Amino acid sequence: MARITMREAISQALWEEMERDPNIFIMGEEVGVWGGTYAVTKGFFDHFGPKRVRDTPIAEAAIVGAAVGAAMKGLHPVAEIMTINFAFVAFEQIVNEMPKFHYMFGGQMNVPVVVRTVSGGGRQLGATHSQTPDAIFAHFPGLVVAAPGTPADAKGMLKSALRTKNPVLFIEHATLYQTRGEVPEGDYVVPLGKSTVQRPGKDVTIVTYSKMLEISLKAADQLAKEGIEAEIVDLRSLRPLDMGPVIESFKKTNRAVIVEEGWPTYGVGAEVSARIYEQAFDYVDAPVKRVAQAEVPLPYNRTLEQMAIPKVEDVIKAVKEVL
Amino acid sequence: MEKSEYLDLYRQMVVIRRMEERSAELYQAGKIGGFLHLYIGQEAVSTGLVSARQPEDNVITAYRDHGVAYNVGISAKAIIAELLGKATGISKGKGGSMHLADVTKFFWGGHAIVGAHIPVATGLALADVYNEKDAVTICMMGDGATNIGFFHEGINMAKVWNLPVLWVVENNQYGMGTAVDRASAVSEMRQKAAGYGMKAQRADGMDLLNVREVASKMIKEIREGSGPQLLEVMTYRFRGHSMGDPERYRKPEEVHKWQEEDPIGIFRRKLLELKVATEAELDEQDDIAEKEVEEAVHFAETSPEPAPEELFTEVYAEPLE
Repeated sequence: MARITMREAISQALWEEMERDPNIFIMGEEVGVWGGTYAVTKGFFDHFGPKRVRDTPIAEAAIVGAAVGAAMKGLHPVAEIMTINFAFVAFEQIVNEMPKFHYMFGGQMNVPVVVRTVSGGGRQLGATHSQTPDAIFAHFPGLVVAAPGTPADAKGMLKSALRTKNPVLFIEHATLYQTRGEVPEGDYVVPLGKSTVQRPGKDVTIVTYSKMLEISLKAADQLAKEGIEAEIVDLRSLRPLDMGPVIESFKKTNRAVIVEEGWPTYGVGAEVSARIYEQAFDYVDAPVKRVAQAEVPLPYNRTLEQMAIPKVEDVIKAVKEVL
Repeated sequence: MEKSEYLDLYRQMVVIRRMEERSAELYQAGKIGGFLHLYIGQEAVSTGLVSARQPEDNVITAYRDHGVAYNVGISAKAIIAELLGKATGISKGKGGSMHLADVTKFFWGGHAIVGAHIPVATGLALADVYNEKDAVTICMMGDGATNIGFFHEGINMAKVWNLPVLWVVENNQYGMGTAVDRASAVSEMRQKAAGYGMKAQRADGMDLLNVREVASKMIKEIREGSGPQLLEVMTYRFRGHSMGDPERYRKPEEVHKWQEEDPIGIFRRKLLELKVATEAELDEQDDIAEKEVEEAVHFAETSPEPAPEELFTEVYAEPLE
């Protein structure tokens, strides 16, 4: 097992799957000659050539729309949308085409597009470039929404995404690319739609995903020094949402904090807490608590931006409130 | 063209006309739900176009899709059953009027968001090039679709990659109730091709043979590597935009004037003039078409509703673990 970055893990999964399946190709802005704006596809153009690593115009609707058309004819496109903020201009294709065509045409066609995109704030890019709107996309039945928080999961889940007949929105996090972790070499596959316990504990359940996993793990380390053992459940996929490990953990701890980077209103925390109340009401010892982004368009100023995004202290504070 | 082929094209147009008239009745009887966009008046466009394709050339269109669905080879039974939401419909009753498709006939839908299928067509063509197939993609759209951003993105990308697509703009002169010159900066759709360095032609959508001839030539050039081209077909819908259209935007005299240019009547006269067929032979085709549609209506009406469990099938193409 090698200790590699999230960027390397994602790159490895893509490379290995492209070697395995000639129907997989990449299209997006600057994925080829440039090597990817986050350098994930560095070296791909030279190795796989312009047919399979296609630079596109800056035209997100056409990038995803053409990927949909190619997928309908049996290919397995990876459409790269530079950031999830640009996914709004391909919203029609992501929510009205990818998840609908299989059902709407009575199962006649599959749309196995993987849209790879990058979510999250904290880099002083201002209100339009810093959002974490993952929950919006998870609203649509028919779509798989994956958002791994560790390099190993990123590799394994991207491999699954490139092997399923279902359309997948694969959300990476802008500030996790340098994060390192143990990643099994070779054919390592992690299922989509399965949450998992990333840290065992007995006193409180923290439910989280993506970048906020990192924040929650740090919070749990500090809490441990005070004798509080938090169990962390990483959702990994937002749709399908696997509540199994969450409910199992909650029945043990009877207390939960949900940590997400996006806004709380109609968010992941709202959904998960509703399901906890629906599925484990008799086990509730304290109101479920949400930690999420301040309800403002993210400001440019570094101090103000950092104030808006959940931090380790926010998680610790919330945990103490439910204990 | 063989005589049998002329007669077949004539019959196809009559079936579409009759199917649409019967659909309007079924809609008014409350048996068809949602929206219903009739193709009456435009039959020669899809019939001529599809007759110019090779069997593995892709066809994709917008929501006014009943006619082309029949032309590509979906039975009147499976079309009308879909309009009635029946389990025997081509999309199992899950798609409805605007979402007909048959992938075995290389017909990729039936798309209801204006212009959104244009980039999808780019992708269909991309897949054929990727797999080294020499198929051409025929993407039909209304004049209204040329004003939305998807048109620009999809067409630009197809030209940049020199993909084999025939873009067909069915100019029926109104985007819903808004006349072309009130919605588009240029009233001739073929002018828009210049911005993408594409060749463009115009055809008379009331004349099946003209549509077929112009489209055949363009498809041949595209197959030989010309890159995408744009065909503007001048046509007119005899009925409203959909069944709920009060038609305040056009005068009855205008509609009547166009109805005198009925594409079926024009083709019929031409077949008689060319002595391809006799009145009796064409009347016989009318009878065959009438019978086919009546049988289809009967089939659809007596078909079962989808089973309740169908509600939850096919949400995903394969189960997630």
